[in-house]
Amino acid sequence: MTALIVHRAGPGVTVQDLGRPGHLAQGLSRGGAMDRLALYEGAALLGQAPELAVLEMVGMGGEFEADAPLRIALTGAPMKATFDGAPLIWNASHHMPAGSRLSIGGVIEGAVGYLHVGGGFDTDVRLGARAAQLNAGLGGPVEGGTHLPVGTDRQGATGMVLDVADRFSGGRLRILPSVQTGFFDEDTRARLEATAFQRDPRSNRMALRLAMDGEGFALEGGLTVVSEVIVPGDIQITGDGVPVILMAECQTMGGYPRIATVLPADLPRAAQTPPGAPLSLDFITPDEGLAAERADLAARNALRSNVRPLVRDPRDIPDLLSYHLADGAISGHEEEHQ
Amino acid sequence: MTSAPVSASGSWPVIRSLGLTGLLVSFADAFSEPANRAALAFRAALERDPWPGVEETAPSLVSVFLRIDPLAADHADLVSRLSDLVSRQDWYEAPLPEGRRLFRVPTVYGTDLAPELSEAATAAGLSEAEAIRELSTARLRVMALGFAPGQPYLGELPENWNLPRRTELNPMVPAGAMIQAIRQCVLFSRPSPTGWRHIGQTAFENFRPDSDPAFPLNPGDEVQFVATDRAHVERMMGDADVLDGGAEVEVIS
Repeated sequence: MTALIVHRAGPGVTVQDLGRPGHLAQGLSRGGAMDRLALYEGAALLGQAPELAVLEMVGMGGEFEADAPLRIALTGAPMKATFDGAPLIWNASHHMPAGSRLSIGGVIEGAVGYLHVGGGFDTDVRLGARAAQLNAGLGGPVEGGTHLPVGTDRQGATGMVLDVADRFSGGRLRILPSVQTGFFDEDTRARLEATAFQRDPRSNRMALRLAMDGEGFALEGGLTVVSEVIVPGDIQITGDGVPVILMAECQTMGGYPRIATVLPADLPRAAQTPPGAPLSLDFITPDEGLAAERADLAARNALRSNVRPLVRDPRDIPDLLSYHLADGAISGHEEEHQ
Repeated sequence: MTSAPVSASGSWPVIRSLGLTGLLVSFADAFSEPANRAALAFRAALERDPWPGVEETAPSLVSVFLRIDPLAADHADLVSRLSDLVSRQDWYEAPLPEGRRLFRVPTVYGTDLAPELSEAATAAGLSEAEAIRELSTARLRVMALGFAPGQPYLGELPENWNLPRRTELNPMVPAGAMIQAIRQCVLFSRPSPTGWRHIGQTAFENFRPDSDPAFPLNPGDEVQFVATDRAHVERMMGDADVLDGGAEVEVIS
């Protein structure tokens, strides 16, 4: 069976897919990729199903080799990527010849990058999914020396590119009331919306912690609430008054008051906010939220029709690559990350 | 702006929204047996007759959570259907769901495998022998599963077991640990730090992802921590062929 040989991998590299929904009653959260949109983008680029497993790379990629020709796609946070030394365009699909080396370094912007292969990674399915879920003891980080089996590729074009929604530098997260929102007075809720947050570096696949100056949002009297089901997107106010956004691998039950919940369509932006980048929280109405979710679904469904060839004439490739790099079409900030 | 409870009398139960994708039917704001019974029975009713747009349901100690697809079901319609179902019967006195099972789990109390038994017994006003008698004869309900995969919140013990959490965290107790506080027990799925007291140790696995079922316990099941000796539990902990930690399993409804 075809495999992708992992020679070296950063500490946050795991196999992910859309996760395992349906086990909340048994205490297992959905898990899966932090930036689910990136899975749909990669699937569009390779013309395959979004359920196929990918490599999620938090902050840092690794060194990979194909033992047979592969189609690959790169999505999510743009990272420094080279193919036998030549720079690679992100949000694009590429042909990876047998024996060639793919090197993926640190993120240029955003937080989490994805490596897709044609046919998906064919690691063991456990409880209906291949996603590693470390806090449940399902799978583990991908380490150097691993041979990741690759499923049968239906084949198709490579050298395709996709313009993606910019979500890689923080910004506004739309939020909706949750179960304890009413426990926080109007001034506190207004202050939540007015506060300039940053992503705290102490964040992981379970939770994104917000950092801020000034007073926290703790409830007066430190009200305790009975433990209830919690889901990704929920914003808990922990003991020190700091808001924490629950992410893909959160626990299923929690007793901290929840001041709001992030609109599902904005979770990819939350997941892609790099440490230190600004974030703000903005209440919207349920009707606005519904319209945004509809638009999000429509955009996801349109991804496949928005895929276009990277270049028409292969002889232009080297020039185009250097043009893009110099022009900053990949990023204007490479220097900062070297 | 706020999610206003939907309740005719201004009292429980209440239906609340969690963003666009969640609804919560709560039967109380603190744990009680009737509220837990109501949550289990209400959830069972929802599971018997799944509604379009409801992707899954999950009971917690006193509530039922519904995960919904907001593009597949109208929010107001769902709230109205829930409201109808809430008012259809007295859920606090409803029979518990059918198909529940009793697990009699061999447990070593105390010893170096569960070193906080004597501290807990003293706090409960009992000798160690009396504590073991009370704990090992109690049939505890799986009130909810959560925090870790398959991990049960079990209750309730008699009032003398209403012990506060310890002020210091026990840095790590192993999987299969029976820990106790606030009239409840938890049986650990995975090694974890805890502020509860480690009073018993079992070879029970709450989560075995490569078996079917992956989760042996369901909400509403009962567990009895039957006393056995240290060697028995230790032997089973090392034996991959021992199923359910050597528990006897019996259907009770």
